Amino acid sequence: MAGTSGDLIRVEGLAKDYVTAAGAFPALRGVDLRIDEREFVAIMGPSGSGKSTFMNLLGCLDSPTRGRYWLDGRDVAGLPTEQLARVRNQQLGFVFQGFNLLQRASVIDNVALPLVYAGVPRAERQARARVLIERVGLGRYADSLPSRISGGQQQRVAIARALVNRPRVILADEPTGNLDSHTTDEVMALFAELNREEGITLVLVTHESDVAEYARRVIRFHDGLVVEDRVQTPREPIEIGASA
Amino acid sequence: MIGPMLFEAMQALSSNRLRTFLTTLGMVIGVAAVIIMLAVGSGAQKSVQDSIASMGSNLFIVLAGSPSTSGVRGGGGSGSTLTLGDADAIAELPSVKAVAPQAFGNAQIVYGSYNTNTQVFGTTDDYLEVREWPLASGAMFGDSDVRSAGRVAVLGQTVAQTLFGPEDPVGRTIRINGSPYLVSGLLARKGQSLDGRDQDDTVLVPVTAAQRKLFGSRFHGTLRMIMVQSVSEDLMARTELEINALLNERHGIRAGQESDFTVRNLTAVAETAASTARIMSLLLGAIASISLVVGGIGIMNIMLVSVTERTREIGIRVAIGAQPRDVLLQFLLESILLALLGGLVGALIGVGGSLLVQHLAQIPILISTSAIVLAFVVSASVGVFFGWYPARKAARLEPIEALRYH
Repeated sequence: MAGTSGDLIRVEGLAKDYVTAAGAFPALRGVDLRIDEREFVAIMGPSGSGKSTFMNLLGCLDSPTRGRYWLDGRDVAGLPTEQLARVRNQQLGFVFQGFNLLQRASVIDNVALPLVYAGVPRAERQARARVLIERVGLGRYADSLPSRISGGQQQRVAIARALVNRPRVILADEPTGNLDSHTTDEVMALFAELNREEGITLVLVTHESDVAEYARRVIRFHDGLVVEDRVQTPREPIEIGASA
Repeated sequence: MIGPMLFEAMQALSSNRLRTFLTTLGMVIGVAAVIIMLAVGSGAQKSVQDSIASMGSNLFIVLAGSPSTSGVRGGGGSGSTLTLGDADAIAELPSVKAVAPQAFGNAQIVYGSYNTNTQVFGTTDDYLEVREWPLASGAMFGDSDVRSAGRVAVLGQTVAQTLFGPEDPVGRTIRINGSPYLVSGLLARKGQSLDGRDQDDTVLVPVTAAQRKLFGSRFHGTLRMIMVQSVSEDLMARTELEINALLNERHGIRAGQESDFTVRNLTAVAETAASTARIMSLLLGAIASISLVVGGIGIMNIMLVSVTERTREIGIRVAIGAQPRDVLLQFLLESILLALLGGLVGALIGVGGSLLVQHLAQIPILISTSAIVLAFVVSASVGVFFGWYPARKAARLEPIEALRYH
């Protein structure tokens, strides 16, 4: 397999056109990137810069119009729907701006949901979900409904859900967009800790520069192209669990 | 995979109870209607079948008189061409099991201060075998009574009830048209005939007594009709041919000439009645099934709304790795559950409603397990059929479109 060379994520000439009534609109115009294992990458850019489109492609939620994408050495750009679903289930974890928890299901059932689709037996599902709920400091809310806990707590439930199937990469799209500054710090501290202690590769999209400060690498998009790609010294996260 | 999905489907249905209730209402009404209609239909069918069974099986009647419509003639049984000799000759045919000659007419029956007017059948002891009619008490008159034209009578239940009340009439003496007859037996209850006559309103006497003593004045020694029982259903066609040939020969009727008797297949008549009842029952069921379809459309409608409402939820599930078939299965399970719930409640209401109909309208009903099982199978199929399109729509949602939905 050409072009793999140990990179966890590698894209070449990745492009996406959206077909609108006015014709084809290029949202992404050819992006080449490599992201190594254990990296913590922040993707920034104004709205319409193509960063969300890029994240959707990385997350196998959408297929590129042109270009290649290797995830962990495997060419996933042209995979059929069923196999893309398996890649999302086994290798990727998602954290969204709006938390995206199932409101009818308890915290533990939300966290365990990816394991349902992975075909893991119930006892193991519950045990693994419980470990992660403890890990994000929400053990006593395991049986609560998401509507009973705060936004910051909901986002931590979402992170636990993203982690439950032991993915290689977590993709977070504006994970702190709906949070106040204090809970933003808490959530970012959790991300930083997961990256540092468990070696989870993190790619997160944000338009807040203080959130991007937690990352070691910042990639800036503009008009569907990468315009900046720099490495920085990350900000020291706050003590976790200060106000859980 | 099914376990947690079933749980989620139940969660989804119980989270909006009013909607679930209203959605299933269509199925409830449909299933209840089907069960009630089938119960009424099979009830009617059963009462027809009971009448047929009470008639006896593989029967022919040979009537005196021609079947032809040309010229002025009396009806079947009005002629005077059949004799006991004919009956005995028919009894000799190989495909015939039993023969019961009949000479009948109305007569006044008196016991003490009670009296009734009923049809008196002169026949032989084979009559009970042909009609498959057991005795409740006493004994049938025998060959010697027939030979000697003995004054012996066997009473039907209705006649016995009128004359004797609850008492056993066996051993008493009644008067038929003024002459004394010893009651030797009491027939078991038979119920209504196909044409609605009370078969128990009857008195049997030896055919010779009827011919010579009761109705002997008009056509001396003749019979109104002969009942013939074939050995088996398969031999009925042969029996009919044999009777025709035999009687034509005995009556000296050459080919091309009109017969002076009529052979009628009673079993065929009965089967027509049975198939009429069956068609009615089928028709009732078919009309009721239309409401099942309407109920199914109601489910489809709500499932479509539900898929739209939960677009974002579907997006989340797909993003974290649900396969299209997982989404399909989830929504399909929900619609099947809805339909089965409707089926269950509908079956209960259907059974209750059938009993109510029986009680209020005094119609015989027959609730069969198979109708209830059928209702369940049909409602599950309705769930699959009408749930398929919405579920497929859900399964085909694009993940980013679904996640963007508000």
